[in-house]
Amino acid sequence: MTQAKLPAWAIRRISRRYEKLIQAALFLCAALSVLTTAAIILVLLTNAVYAPGAKTAFFERVSFWEFVTGTHWKPVDGQYGRFGIIPLLCGTMMVAGIASLVSVPAGLGAAIYMSEYAGPREREFLKPILEILAGIPSVVFGFFALKFITPWILKPMFSLVGIDLQIFNTLSAGIVVGIMVTPLIASLSEDVIRSVPRSLREAAFALGSTRFDVSVRIVVPAALSGILAAFLLAFSRAIGETMAVTIAGGQQAIATLNPLQGAQTMTGFMVHASTGDSAADSISRMSIYAVGIALFAITLTINVISGWVLRRYREVYQ
Amino acid sequence: MSTRGSGTPRVAGQQSAPVSFISGTDGSIRRRLFLSRVFSWTCRFVTYAALAVLIVLLAAIIWSSVGRLAFDFVYNPNSSNPIKAGMLAGLWGSFWLILFTALFSVPVGVGSAIYLEEIAKDSFFVRVIKTNISNLAGVPSIVYGILGYTVFRSLAAVLKVWFDGQHAFNILGLFRLRLLKLPIYEDNILVGALTLTLVVLPTVISAAQEALRSVPSSIRVASLALGATRWQTIWRQVIPAALPGISTGVILSTSRAIGEAAPLIMLGALTITTMVPGNIDSPVKLITRPLQVLHAPLDQFTAMPIEIYDWSKRPDPQDRFTAVAASGIIVLMLVLLSVNAVAMVVRHYASRRLKW
Amino acid sequence: MPAITSSSVPPSVAGVDRNLDMSAHPAAIQVNGLDFYYSEHQVLFNVSLTVPERSVTALIGPSGCGKSTFLRTLNRMNDLIEGSRCVGQILVEGQNIMDPAVDVVLLRKHVGMVFQKSTPFPKSIFDNVAYGPRVAGETNRSVLADLVESCLKKAALWDEVKDRLTKSAMALSGGQQQRLCIARTLATNPRIILMDEPASALDPASTDRIENLIGELCANYTIVIVTHNMQQASRVSHQTAFFYKGVLVETGPTMKIFTGPSEKKTEDYITGRFG
Repeated sequence: MTQAKLPAWAIRRISRRYEKLIQAALFLCAALSVLTTAAIILVLLTNAVYAPGAKTAFFERVSFWEFVTGTHWKPVDGQYGRFGIIPLLCGTMMVAGIASLVSVPAGLGAAIYMSEYAGPREREFLKPILEILAGIPSVVFGFFALKFITPWILKPMFSLVGIDLQIFNTLSAGIVVGIMVTPLIASLSEDVIRSVPRSLREAAFALGSTRFDVSVRIVVPAALSGILAAFLLAFSRAIGETMAVTIAGGQQAIATLNPLQGAQTMTGFMVHASTGDSAADSISRMSIYAVGIALFAITLTINVISGWVLRRYREVYQ
Repeated sequence: MSTRGSGTPRVAGQQSAPVSFISGTDGSIRRRLFLSRVFSWTCRFVTYAALAVLIVLLAAIIWSSVGRLAFDFVYNPNSSNPIKAGMLAGLWGSFWLILFTALFSVPVGVGSAIYLEEIAKDSFFVRVIKTNISNLAGVPSIVYGILGYTVFRSLAAVLKVWFDGQHAFNILGLFRLRLLKLPIYEDNILVGALTLTLVVLPTVISAAQEALRSVPSSIRVASLALGATRWQTIWRQVIPAALPGISTGVILSTSRAIGEAAPLIMLGALTITTMVPGNIDSPVKLITRPLQVLHAPLDQFTAMPIEIYDWSKRPDPQDRFTAVAASGIIVLMLVLLSVNAVAMVVRHYASRRLKW
Repeated sequence: MPAITSSSVPPSVAGVDRNLDMSAHPAAIQVNGLDFYYSEHQVLFNVSLTVPERSVTALIGPSGCGKSTFLRTLNRMNDLIEGSRCVGQILVEGQNIMDPAVDVVLLRKHVGMVFQKSTPFPKSIFDNVAYGPRVAGETNRSVLADLVESCLKKAALWDEVKDRLTKSAMALSGGQQQRLCIARTLATNPRIILMDEPASALDPASTDRIENLIGELCANYTIVIVTHNMQQASRVSHQTAFFYKGVLVETGPTMKIFTGPSEKKTEDYITGRFG
């Protein structure tokens, strides 16, 4: 009788070491995301708040108080520079506000229609349309706002009532940003609306409800916190939106709440400043980091709140 | 209104008036049904408004492009003359960018997803990673631009110093003199691709996670029960089963980088350039000029969305650059469309082969 | 000799006479030759049944026999299922509800339904009961308060919840939730109440309360109840209908069905030989 050769499964132990190695590599991939977050925070802080070495950080030259409360934004080097973020904040909030006015009703309406009214075939037709809309690059929407919505829709409309609309205006920027985030609201809201148990709808129908009653009195209230999370996420997306706003909204940093004139947003300023040719450690360039911190902090806060709301919603139905 | 009486309890034996179920006999119901119909039409209207916007958008762009869109648009370099301006540099820039972005983001993204879905146990640190990824997905892309500018571009600047022979590590300088003899830039393709990688990574990870999650757990259990190790199970069963989903999701999420302009502008990518990375301006040169191919990742670049941004904003008394920008948008959208079509084809064929 | 003696049938709940002569009562529901299809699959075959007014009719039969589907045709809940089709005649209080001119919202207001799984809305107890009147347009707070109180009393829940009407209904126990759903149905002032295994997910004590409640309610309402539990059917119903594979095999006064069924299949099912 010859010695039986070891079957493959018996020598598996040897390959275990490779497995450990592969798993370690995969872990590093996953951990990279934590590193990215750390790097973002570190980069923003070391340039805006405290700079080690020869550089001087932004807030070592401009007081934090002036930055937060100042109503003039004139990011130039030398004695004429003024660094109050209020004008940029006004522009950003106006764009995000107008975008919400557009996207909240549109997104929620579409979500209700797709989950409560449309049949499976119609939904299969509508979903890709929203996906296509969501996939169109930001610059394209900027072009659409500047070259179509403003001159061909808004300008004629406002000239009817005798108002002269500026070429660069927050209104058109807000409208296109609203169009851009509508698919986000629609798909997130549809997900949460669909997770409302079918039995609740049936019970409501059995009590003599119309579809309107079921949608508005039962389904939407039951999914409300999830829908709210979607709104918040879309709002934060609108705040961070860059190219469309930069193209259509103009570059004047003025503290105004008039959507008919141009206003620079935080993101618009960052693009504008980085295309300039000021020195790397000049205060005008360092101001990018200060605005970056503000942008990062605002969007992160809203996203964290949104995630928390969504988690609480999921706990109710799972 | 018939409902007003609903508060009075019915008494046994008392015969209440028969009701009719025929629609229209009860005024309050008629009003409610009308309201319901108005509501449904409103919802339908806003949903189909999305389709209308899409059509208007495309029509406006095609209409605006009249006057410039021609075949020479894709092989002319940029120019200050709107009749001649083309997108050659942007196309090649975007090609190199997306190539390297995919090279960086796909392994890291899929690797993270495999770790999070298949290997990691539910520990505090894993929860931190998961929360962190979902938060990173919400960070505006321009913030990644700041990170790229500060970290990657600075690293590239150090590299440039080494290559240029100003430093003690002259080996690299020698390498450059002998092989490349070409300038190296700090705002190069690799820096752009690394930045774009960070932008798309969270979505790539979640797309891959989604695909892995859709693999039924019975496959894993069955494989483990047959004596396979965890990694064998992942490598031989789970990944092949999830591959169609992973590839579709990863293609779609990586392709978003093609349309990203903000982080690249933050890096200092050129808005006006006629230069093509590595001077490779035709696919043939990818094979015939290997040294230039080697040089391309370290060369300056522009990208399609950056050029579109520049053309859209360029002040021109006769507005002649509008047609150029619109033509650029059409090319960009066609590129995106073809990438999406590839993803659809992959999904279609893969889902035909695999069915749960 | 009958398969079961009448002494082996459990006593009925108060208010239910199981030897009822049905011809004396006017019909609340009359179903004639009903066929029902889920897309191509037929699940009900030529079902004809008369439900007398102010009585309890129990539908029994093994799982998948079509009794729930039959129940859901009575207030056209199956309309919500895509691809379902219904042929035949269902007369509710003399009107054919299959008529396309029938308004399902109006119909469902008069034919209420209680489901197997209690389905309280994620709202307060008060808002749950007031839901039906509110969607029907009732806004007067005091009218609603009176109505909520009377319905909760009828559903034997008032004493347990009167101090926490504004609290979430989700915090109630399973049995309380189910009685809340009954109260909610009563609030729309229906004539007929359909119950789809209302006690199958409840503990014995809660089941007992629901059964007694049915006995009280049948003085004013016509009740059709689907149940898996034959003891329950025998306790609460005047009339019992036995379904098997989509066919209504036999129907008659509950006492007769349980003590001397005329069909062999019914007897086999009653005595637990299958099902």
